[in-house]
Amino acid sequence: MLQDICTVFWRDWVVLKRRLPKFILSRMVAPMLYLVAFGWGLGRNIQVGSGSYLDFLVPGIMALNSMNISYNSLTPLCTERIYHRSIGEYIIAPMHFNAFIIGKILAAVLRGLISSAIIMILALAFGANLNITPLFVGILILNCIIFAEVGFFAAMKMDSYEELSQVNTYVLLPMSFLCGTFFSTRTLPEVFRWFIDVLPLTHTSYLLRGISTQSPVALESVAVLAVYAIIGFILGNKAFRDQLK
Amino acid sequence: MIKIQGLIKEFQVKNKDKKTVTKRAVDNLSLHVKPGEIFGILGPNGAGKTTTIRMLTMETKPTLGEIYYNGESIKKNPLEIKKLIGVVPQHINFDNDLTVGENMELHGRLHHMSSEKRKQRIQEMLDFVELGDTINRMPRSLSGGMKRRLLIARSLIHEPKILFMDEPTVALDPQVRRRIWDLIRALAAKGTTVIITTHYIEEAEALCNRVAIVNKGKLIAIDTPEAFCKSLGRITVEWDDADGHQYQFFESRQEAAAFAGTLEHGAHIRRTNLEDAFIELTGRKEGV
Ligand SMILES: Nc1ncnc2c1ncn2[C@@H]1O[C@H](COP(=O)(O)OP(=O)(O)OP(=O)(O)O)[C@@H](O)[C@H]1O
Ligand SMILES: [Mg+2]
Repeated sequence: MLQDICTVFWRDWVVLKRRLPKFILSRMVAPMLYLVAFGWGLGRNIQVGSGSYLDFLVPGIMALNSMNISYNSLTPLCTERIYHRSIGEYIIAPMHFNAFIIGKILAAVLRGLISSAIIMILALAFGANLNITPLFVGILILNCIIFAEVGFFAAMKMDSYEELSQVNTYVLLPMSFLCGTFFSTRTLPEVFRWFIDVLPLTHTSYLLRGISTQSPVALESVAVLAVYAIIGFILGNKAFRDQLK
Repeated sequence: MIKIQGLIKEFQVKNKDKKTVTKRAVDNLSLHVKPGEIFGILGPNGAGKTTTIRMLTMETKPTLGEIYYNGESIKKNPLEIKKLIGVVPQHINFDNDLTVGENMELHGRLHHMSSEKRKQRIQEMLDFVELGDTINRMPRSLSGGMKRRLLIARSLIHEPKILFMDEPTVALDPQVRRRIWDLIRALAAKGTTVIITTHYIEEAEALCNRVAIVNKGKLIAIDTPEAFCKSLGRITVEWDDADGHQYQFFESRQEAAAFAGTLEHGAHIRRTNLEDAFIELTGRKEGV
């Protein structure tokens, strides 16, 4: 099992390694814009609680960015499944399907963490105050796992790139803005807020921000994220098995 | 070696009126492949050959029916059986983000080969299909025939005991095709069981110990190529007349010659081959 997970991870690592400079460069663009527009431009006039808006903003950006990166890391599986059919090699190999899913998720986590590290460095360069602890990193990883699973599930279920990008537009993009990333969900209307507060990214945002600004955090949020991760894995496994139908 | 019992595979497909209907791709197939045998599956397009192979290699689940390897159901210990299997798929399925060499390495890793063994076998197999110098190229930059050869090379890296080849020699030039035949014979001589589908009937005739002819998902007949020809009549007379191309089978050359003498048009007398049997059994109008 472990060997197979490594094989699946190895494949993604080979591909990533070849494109690493390009990957890093392209991953700098979006966070840089967020930091400039909202942190540096707008943010200098905004006060949130005690710290600066930049300190408030950076954990939110890390949450939404790791979500986007890990989701989009696994969407190419859709074309590998439908057009290149290269998934077939894994299906006929003497390997547990879970090894495939875990290997893929780990590869997505790696990408998510690399881009998070990039943001962290940029944010520090912009003068943000961050408090990164092991729990912070653990939550970031959990967030990557959840959205890698969403990406995996979508890649197994959707039949085109078009549909996959609709998930981006209708699910991930609204979440990016609304889940406590740029502003507190407390300002949202009651009913809407209730809905937003259930979403995993909201929990990630609040946890990361709480830790980073050294304020108390709701540890039950970690449990909520863990539940999402488990459900995501089960659904991913089911979606992969459905390929055999 | 491999026993199939009452195998059925159904797909949900849209019909002309856009209604979802159940399509039976494989219909109650039962057969038995002996160890070390080269077993051919012949049938017109859409007969269910690929679907059958995909069920045997566990790429897709049967709707109904059982598959046994060495007397054991595939449901019991699929991973152990998968270790024995090599597959040349009908559709080219390389990982387009990996080079030729990396694609081969992925295969070796998936089959838990040690690093040295992997290197050695990859080089060996690439050299065999004369693709040794493409190791750092991307698969999409290869020609169609090169990709096919690469599929064959890949399937053999881990030295499978049972080899499934779904139209392996499509698009190969005649020289390469003969070399692949030699390879298949050599593998079988060493005890590898080979299950092969092909539309080149002379290929089945040249290679296969036994052939199953399938049509519309059903097994029509199963026998040795010689027996198929014998059952039709060893000699064929072919001729053209106003109704088109005609032929008839005879037990001996004398009978055939006597019959040909009665025809108005010139006729051609030759040995009956597997192609004749195939066309007889799958219906003369099929595929026209
Ligand atoms: N995934 C699928 N979904 C729906 N129908 C399918 C699927 N795979 C195969 N079929 C149908 O099952 C039937 C058998 O297909 P299969 O590919 O097994 O034929 P084949 O004998 O390999 O043909 P060919 O000689 O053209 O390769 C066809 O009618 C095909 O349309
Ligand atoms: Mg086929």
